[in-house]
Amino acid sequence: MPWDRNQMAERAAQELEDGMYVNLGIGIPTLVANYVGDKDITLQSENGMLGMGPFPFEGDEDPDLINAGKQTITELSRTSYFDSATSFGMIRGGKIAAAVLGAMEVSEKGDLANWMIPGKLVKGMGGAMDLVAGVGRVIVVMDHTNKHGESKILKECTLPLTGKGVVDLIITNLGVLEVDHKGLHIVECAPGVTKDDIRAATEANIV
Amino acid sequence: MKKVYSSAAEALDGLLRDDMFIAAGGFGLCGIPELLIDAIVEAGVKNLTIASNNCGVDGFGLGKLLDTKQIKKMLSSYVGENAEFMRQYLSGELELEFNPQGTLAERMRAGGCGIPGFYTKTGVGTVIADGKEVRTFDGEDYILERGIFADLSIVKAWKADDTGNLVFRKTARNFNPPAAMCGKVCVAEVEEIVPRGSLDPDHIHLPGIYVHRIIQGEHEKRIEQRTVRSREDA
Repeated sequence: MPWDRNQMAERAAQELEDGMYVNLGIGIPTLVANYVGDKDITLQSENGMLGMGPFPFEGDEDPDLINAGKQTITELSRTSYFDSATSFGMIRGGKIAAAVLGAMEVSEKGDLANWMIPGKLVKGMGGAMDLVAGVGRVIVVMDHTNKHGESKILKECTLPLTGKGVVDLIITNLGVLEVDHKGLHIVECAPGVTKDDIRAATEANIV
Repeated sequence: MKKVYSSAAEALDGLLRDDMFIAAGGFGLCGIPELLIDAIVEAGVKNLTIASNNCGVDGFGLGKLLDTKQIKKMLSSYVGENAEFMRQYLSGELELEFNPQGTLAERMRAGGCGIPGFYTKTGVGTVIADGKEVRTFDGEDYILERGIFADLSIVKAWKADDTGNLVFRKTARNFNPPAAMCGKVCVAEVEEIVPRGSLDPDHIHLPGIYVHRIIQGEHEKRIEQRTVRSREDA
């Protein structure tokens, strides 16, 4: 059985280590926070906050307290606030240990495309280009194939890039693949999925 | 020197003109200078270039300046929540320069610090690098980005004293300090102007040297995405 969204998030959480400062993207990456267990993880929200807490109780929403997805959130006892230049200073400066992000396409060289589809409405890259260029480790969580059943892991990305050679680990519904200087490797298969299944579903070369 | 003004219109008097470049603070609808935006709508100046992370939503924030067609060009990282923005952009009425969010923030900070350009690895190998100088430092490629020097900064803070020292609240700080720094003149709107001496000097987020005019006013502070959890789940 391939992993579902929550199982992919749970697998991504295994990559996070005690003491890490981490940035989680929108969608499945947000679910990773539910699976960090006892690990001491500090979440960054790139609009200017370290130590992001859960959604507020109804009635406790504060318009001055939102995450990068513009959702109302809460603070924790460890929380600190800062301006956007400082926030991206810590991202660009490599102080954030890891980012977990969604993707439209990833190439076998670790190129990432997740911000724009030509001909479709372009909303902007937000902080994605800064994050992938700056953080210590970029972990992509996405379905292995698109809604047409085509591989999202490609020899070359076809969409405009968010970053070149930036992805370190890909977690899909089928398994876990690592990108290093030699290429793409299968690290782990989801239960009931074989390496051959992953190879068959992947357009990119797997070493 | 008097920095406190009685209204947004009075605070902007003599500062607005057509074709000017404005830097605005805020992220989404959080920490946006709503009162100053309303006053710019009222003043009717046109062909504005505005550096702001977002462009408000339909009918609120900078979205109001779209409705009146006062904006010529936006420098932003994300413009997703605005149908009128997309209409004007797709029809060619509105120019848009996408900046990665951190690059936009640093361009403002740099401009405010007298730095005309800086190298960053953000955007290397993407369309953002097109036409920009690439330079290699220690074996890694970086692109040259320019500092932003705006004619006017409009920002929102929580508290100010009458000398312009500002304190922000929670994530409403966001782009406000760098936006404030990069303008020739900065006008700040705050929720409360407190007596001189009542702010702890160690707790000032932005020193008054960057802030030239201040107004106090009521803010709507609209929430863009209200997300909550139920008490039973806790």
